[in-house]
Amino acid sequence: MSAELEETKSRLVQILLSFIKTTAIKLPDDVLIKLRELMSAESSSYGKFIYEAMMENINLALIRNAPVCQDTGILEFFVKLGENFPYKSLLLSAIKDATIEATKKGYLRPNVVDPVTGKNTGNNTGPKLPWIEVELEPNVDYADVVLYLAGGGSSRPGRAIVIDPAKGWRGLVEFVVDTIAEYGPPACPPIVVGIGVGPTAEIAASLSKKALLRPLGSRSSEPFIAKLEESLEKDLNKLNIGPQGLGGSTGVIAVHIEYAGRHPATFAVGVSTACWALRKGWIRIKSNLSYELLSHSGGLIE
Amino acid sequence: MSNGKKIIYTPVKDDSVLEELRVGDVIYLTGIVVTARDEAHKRVIEENIPPPIDLKGLALFHAGPIMVKTGDSWQCIAIGPTTSVRMEYYEDKFIEKTGIKIIIGKGGMGPRTAEACRKHKVIYTIFPGGCGVLGASRIVKVRGVEWPDLGMPEALWILEVKEFGPLIVTIDTRGENLTEKTLEQIKILKEKVRREAVEKVQLH
Repeated sequence: MSAELEETKSRLVQILLSFIKTTAIKLPDDVLIKLRELMSAESSSYGKFIYEAMMENINLALIRNAPVCQDTGILEFFVKLGENFPYKSLLLSAIKDATIEATKKGYLRPNVVDPVTGKNTGNNTGPKLPWIEVELEPNVDYADVVLYLAGGGSSRPGRAIVIDPAKGWRGLVEFVVDTIAEYGPPACPPIVVGIGVGPTAEIAASLSKKALLRPLGSRSSEPFIAKLEESLEKDLNKLNIGPQGLGGSTGVIAVHIEYAGRHPATFAVGVSTACWALRKGWIRIKSNLSYELLSHSGGLIE
Repeated sequence: MSNGKKIIYTPVKDDSVLEELRVGDVIYLTGIVVTARDEAHKRVIEENIPPPIDLKGLALFHAGPIMVKTGDSWQCIAIGPTTSVRMEYYEDKFIEKTGIKIIIGKGGMGPRTAEACRKHKVIYTIFPGGCGVLGASRIVKVRGVEWPDLGMPEALWILEVKEFGPLIVTIDTRGENLTEKTLEQIKILKEKVRREAVEKVQLH
């Protein structure tokens, strides 16, 4: 690698390191707004009490510069590479280096376990991890990097199923209600529920994660889906899961649905969930290596 | 009591301190807490390897912290509970074998653990999940680490804590199980919620 490229890479690693750190320490704006809303809406006695602990924790994380939750998860990166962004492969390798560096510095707990040996790799990389999904964005010269920290407890309810089209949307509703009723309570509620619909289990599952990462407060542009999101949100909260599963009216923060076309013979449904400490970040890195943090106000924590 | 807080001290020497507590009570803990989760439970129960330290009377924390080593000492950056129900397979035997008196976790535990709590006068408590920095702020000292080969989250961390909490008692020494009751209610509500939700969906 030329000296110039070396320098570019180290700049990229520096940006990504701060980005990972910020994502682990500070909740994004949309999540903070929602949590404050839910805190004032919750009337159960444990609920109020738990929201107070959460808010104290959120503040302490900023004061101590420490990850808001000790389970900093598995790192999932969703990268949109601008067609004219000059450092495509360099960015991808910088993501891996920054992950290792962030673990060394104690911003991340080492979580990756090799399923064959059963050993923790110690640096948050391992077989096919960190997970990086890449899309190409035509006619732009920047790269968008979205990071999601997939915690263990909040990933535990994740499920996908292929149901018969005769059951279709009704089958989806049953599957989602059953999944959240059974697996939601210990997944650190209030939770966000992402639902994917498509032709196969893995497409539906992948879309459920995209749904999870949509900005809170947003609705699908398709009216049928938007209505279903809204009614599922209300219905799932009638389960009385509440904060930390101890009962209450605010167990579910939001329901988001993303969909793809399906096969005439299949109706696949995927479900992903996120805990209240939904740690996601979105940064735009430009060709001149300047950047814009789009998920959090106040910029990166250096 | 201190500042209106109900404080329990470990090692617990007298069961009556725990027997006074009821599900729904909120307590704080001062003393020694030891972390153990999936792998450590497996080692003790399935592989029948005795724990490297005496756990009698101590508090067991279902948690995998973030620790940073400076010189010879460890500093806890963040620590909070992991989903306790994964340990349901082992916990009754773990209680019997080790003599732990207080369990800290999240999400609650099942009937086998509740029965072991009744039999051995143990309580299970919930620390609010995701509050890792709040947890770390109550740790006075990291006394040591055992079984580091299990990796940072799974190792046994020995912690000295002061007024660690809030901890909500959800299984008491009578075997009352608050989260089990909540889950039962959710199960009953589920049928109605599911029926109503399905009825709202228009078919294409």
